[in-house]
Amino acid sequence: MGTGNRSGREFRGHAGIGERVSGVALVARDDFSARYDLDRIRGIFSRPAHALHGESYVGRVLVLNTAKGGVATAWMLHEMCSRGMAPAALLLNRANPIMVQGAAFAGLPFIDRFEVDVTRSLHTGETVRVFPSEGLVRVESSAGPEAADR
Amino acid sequence: MSCELYRMHLNDEERAMLAGEYGEPRRRALELQVRIGRVFDAPDFVEVSQAHVMADTESLGEAGVEYLESLASHDEAERRVRVPTITDPRGIDFCAYRRLGQKDEWAVLERRAIDAMRALGILMTDTCINYQTVSPPVFGEHAAFGDTGVVIYANSVCGARSNFEGGPAAVSAGLTGRTPRYGCHLDRHRRGTHLFEAGTRPETLNDWGALGAIVGRAVNSYWHVPVLAGIDGAPTSDELKHFGAALASYGSVPMFHMIGVTPEALDPDNVFDARPERARRIGRGDLDDFHRSFGRHEDGVDVVVFAAPQLSLAELQRLGDLLRGRRVHPDTAMLIATSPENKAACDRMGFTAVFEDAGALLLQGVCFYQMRARELGEANGWRRLLTNSAKLVNIIQGYGYDPVIASMETCVDAAVRGRY
Repeated sequence: MGTGNRSGREFRGHAGIGERVSGVALVARDDFSARYDLDRIRGIFSRPAHALHGESYVGRVLVLNTAKGGVATAWMLHEMCSRGMAPAALLLNRANPIMVQGAAFAGLPFIDRFEVDVTRSLHTGETVRVFPSEGLVRVESSAGPEAADR
Repeated sequence: MSCELYRMHLNDEERAMLAGEYGEPRRRALELQVRIGRVFDAPDFVEVSQAHVMADTESLGEAGVEYLESLASHDEAERRVRVPTITDPRGIDFCAYRRLGQKDEWAVLERRAIDAMRALGILMTDTCINYQTVSPPVFGEHAAFGDTGVVIYANSVCGARSNFEGGPAAVSAGLTGRTPRYGCHLDRHRRGTHLFEAGTRPETLNDWGALGAIVGRAVNSYWHVPVLAGIDGAPTSDELKHFGAALASYGSVPMFHMIGVTPEALDPDNVFDARPERARRIGRGDLDDFHRSFGRHEDGVDVVVFAAPQLSLAELQRLGDLLRGRRVHPDTAMLIATSPENKAACDRMGFTAVFEDAGALLLQGVCFYQMRARELGEANGWRRLLTNSAKLVNIIQGYGYDPVIASMETCVDAAVRGRY
């Protein structure tokens, strides 16, 4: 990993949405749609072809590449938050309008357009703090040896 | 209110709206829109002539319905939408939901959502083919459409201007009569970025969908605009519908150009700011490979679905011609989804009777994947799905189905034989 695994690393993106939050990262080089990819009742990735298939996203800082698919995520993030079955935050390399609308409606912490490929720079298992209004993510503690990105 | 919100230029009316002078629903709507606009560095708002809301209750959930009800609880003068606002397909066809094993509690939630939207003055058109059935968008018209297939058709085929506006954003646009000026509202986001060349002209609707899917996978970004060369002569509305819907579904792409066909690509020298040196060629073999990648259902087909997008009257007539005098296999179900207006036309023109005689079910105002497809599959024992929609085979895998794609003719033959 060229970026290393040490804590204290910071990554900047565009100013985002929502309040500051900390959480454990769940990272993959794959894309995201709440309708296409999730079993929202069980809180897991259900699309067999998704890199995070079978993984629980609830309470995690979800780090993925880009938004895909349709418009349903704009309602679904709000619905997931209302049941306490949402990610803690969503970090993408590049969002589409639906992800931004959904995060804004749900009040879900969200940042995109990082200076680096965020799916390469953050690693599953790291504890990260997200500062949406500053567009900043800071790694607070590094991942354990068992952590592996998809 | 954070003063940061005012970095986006607001005119006097918008400031008054944000201050609550036009009522709480419009204040909440504009506040949400400002928050969205800031993320995209929108300089200001643009007025829209119409809005289109995706609000199926699977997506809304209890929380989303309560949001609509809270807007609807205000005085009529405060809650009425300002521009004509219509709806995308819903999750329940009240004439058919029990037969499909859908729960009464879902119908109750659906009814609450409908009542709330009616109170807002929203027109319950329940269609994703409004460009074929309600008001086709006009060149240069700014709108807030809430279905990816509608957006890509409006931007590309009609030359109208809309971003993907998810349900909360589209309701907000209806209430305020405007939307943040970013993305497809701006000239710079409408210029071609990637060049593709059709080495073959697609023959069937599923071929057009496959072509859209291949381009969508290659582009995979809302912020890129694929340009397709090599299509000689105008495709039909249904062909462009399937191409665009698949492109938007596989690539989250809101716009394409088709050289010599779509209105912003009539002059091939004025489509790109920087023309790519090479075009990616997509031939007959690529379309066939796409279809083959989903396999076949030789051991049996549980459900054959014609939807995503809803069928036009021309598609329904053709399907009726294929089904007339035949019978769907007893171990296979066939569902057909269209708009309420087209359903009424089918009743009047005798197509509905043909479908019923064949054992197929014509659904109105819904689309298959918006009907709680996971529970629908579990209630009816459906897993092995066959369709001619490239969009549907993409979406439905996350809902526990094993989808296969074939032409409308092949789908009908397979439904009669019970396998493919």
